[in-house]
Amino acid sequence: MSAETLQHTALTLNDQLPALQILVTFIAAPLVVMFGSLRLAWPITFAASAISFVIALMLLSQVIDGSVISYHMGGWAPPLGIEYRVDAANAFVLVLVTAISTLVLPYARVSVAAEVQKKHHTLFYTAFLLCLTGLLGVTITGDAFNVFVFLEISSLSTYVLIAQGANRDRRALTAAYDYLIMGTIGATFFVIGLGFLYMATGTLNMADISDRIADQGANRTVRMAIAFIVVGIGLKAAMYPLHLWLPNAYTYAPSAITAFLAATATKVAIYVLLRFLFSVFQPTLLMEYYSLRFVILPFAILAMFLASYIAIFQTDLKRMLAYSSVAQIGYILLGISFLTETGLTAAIVHLFNHGITKAALFMAVGAYVLRANGSFYDEIEGLGRRMPWTSAAVVIGGLSLIGVPGTAGFVSKWLLVQGALEKGWWPVALLIVASSLLAVIYVWRVVEVLYMKPTPADSVVREAPVSMLIPIWIAALACIWFGLNTDMTLNAAKAAAQGLLAGSAGMMN
Amino acid sequence: MRHHLILRVITKLLVGPIMLFALYVQFHGDYSPGGGFQAGVIMAVAFIIYGVVFSLDHVQRVLPPWLAHKLSALGVLIYAGTGVYSLLTGYAYLDYAALSPDHPVHGQHYGILLVELGVGVTVTGVMVTIYYAFTSRTPIMSDEAW
Repeated sequence: MSAETLQHTALTLNDQLPALQILVTFIAAPLVVMFGSLRLAWPITFAASAISFVIALMLLSQVIDGSVISYHMGGWAPPLGIEYRVDAANAFVLVLVTAISTLVLPYARVSVAAEVQKKHHTLFYTAFLLCLTGLLGVTITGDAFNVFVFLEISSLSTYVLIAQGANRDRRALTAAYDYLIMGTIGATFFVIGLGFLYMATGTLNMADISDRIADQGANRTVRMAIAFIVVGIGLKAAMYPLHLWLPNAYTYAPSAITAFLAATATKVAIYVLLRFLFSVFQPTLLMEYYSLRFVILPFAILAMFLASYIAIFQTDLKRMLAYSSVAQIGYILLGISFLTETGLTAAIVHLFNHGITKAALFMAVGAYVLRANGSFYDEIEGLGRRMPWTSAAVVIGGLSLIGVPGTAGFVSKWLLVQGALEKGWWPVALLIVASSLLAVIYVWRVVEVLYMKPTPADSVVREAPVSMLIPIWIAALACIWFGLNTDMTLNAAKAAAQGLLAGSAGMMN
Repeated sequence: MRHHLILRVITKLLVGPIMLFALYVQFHGDYSPGGGFQAGVIMAVAFIIYGVVFSLDHVQRVLPPWLAHKLSALGVLIYAGTGVYSLLTGYAYLDYAALSPDHPVHGQHYGILLVELGVGVTVTGVMVTIYYAFTSRTPIMSDEAW
């Protein structure tokens, strides 16, 4: 190569946003270790998360009109180089993930101090930052292999974070280990799928893969790739029969981590599923795979009913909510299986709405764990009077979980029913309503425990500290806000759904 | 009395050359097989063999656990810092051309060297940390701990 002098136009800060989205939290993680200070760990983590949130909002505002931002890592142009590609679909998820982490962190300060050993705090926040980086990276990248790398970063740090619950309950260790085994199998399946894709197309850039599949049509290798990727990501997303790691992991993890993971980790996995099903394998190609619908649709409905049914019989609020998460993921997958714009919009909106709902609920659980030293129903009996603010937030979150009009949960379920009716699948619409009735039962059980049971006379439980109540209530009010003011979420979700349904066209410049 | 005289003498003789070889693999990695990861492992081996033959206390006097932690983080910072430098000079993240704007090919060379140094430092730190974690394990939990 000759020593040519290249004309180089300097990139502006605005151009660098996609890289900074990952970098801020990524660099903050080793910085926390370098300083090694208990006092600095939390402020650094929070600052990094807040900056990421602002960056995510800036990115979303740039792509909400349907445009696409492409960033070339290291200056290498795709398809050879790694490309970061932001469109409405992933900008929306980026906002969700960073918003939840920024919301959970102020809450985490007290909760983590109570639940995690002090000597682990700096490394705990490092793992949190790495997990956040991984989730953001999975979402923002346009390179299929890069997805795997970031998926591993987020998963490995997630195992560590869940294991930190061991200080409160040793079973966190086996829960983390279970998740490690299942998560690794999932990641392996995913990477095998990528291997097949690479074999069939010779490229790892998602847009490029998509184009080549469109050119050569479907063949057995591509079909194998779809099968492996769906199962692999299904494990990560806790798709119904692959959800077994989830209840234990959520139950025994530190409360702040449960709130963070429940609202983000499975959602990011679902985003990856969407990205692969619609952008990498195109909808037109997918139509040949009706079989996929006959896998995802029935399992989604099974999840809605069976997981809700199991949730009814739980005696631990945290575990009940974990099973409810499996059921809610069923709704999201149901929306995807419609393969229509309304269905996808419903899925993406529910991704967001369920994220904030579960964040509110799991944070409230953390408040009970802090004050009542547990979240079993017999430990929180009658606490509606002792912890009125926390309990009221639980009720709001519960209503949103059921899908009562005026809450965020209603908006997405309404869209979902609409999507089902649009396709003429009225039995499915009925099933959605019927499964919501199961949610009424498990939410009512909690309300009954909190408000109808007498408070034990010797109870010394006080209301949770303000630093926890404020994040809980921001999330609870968001459940109502996004139930009444649906413009922002619906527009973003609609833009995302259109981009996804446009298939490869949505990926190309 | 002190046992394993031969092992001790040989180990003392070997630790230095092992480190030197690690540095060779590290910095000659662009011309011959090698690179940051391999070099990091070899460098860690020098500490681990010292720990195995002498004792955990001895090796931790040379490389205390907190320092191993910091090394793991430092390497990541070197790697990310290289990228941030190109970012600050108006290039894409990790665009090594930024390191030598007049001669981008040289920039690639410097960039790889720096990034691999970061990898090497982190791998050394992580390998030694894993070794410490295993050897300084607390006894298995008693039944009451559950």
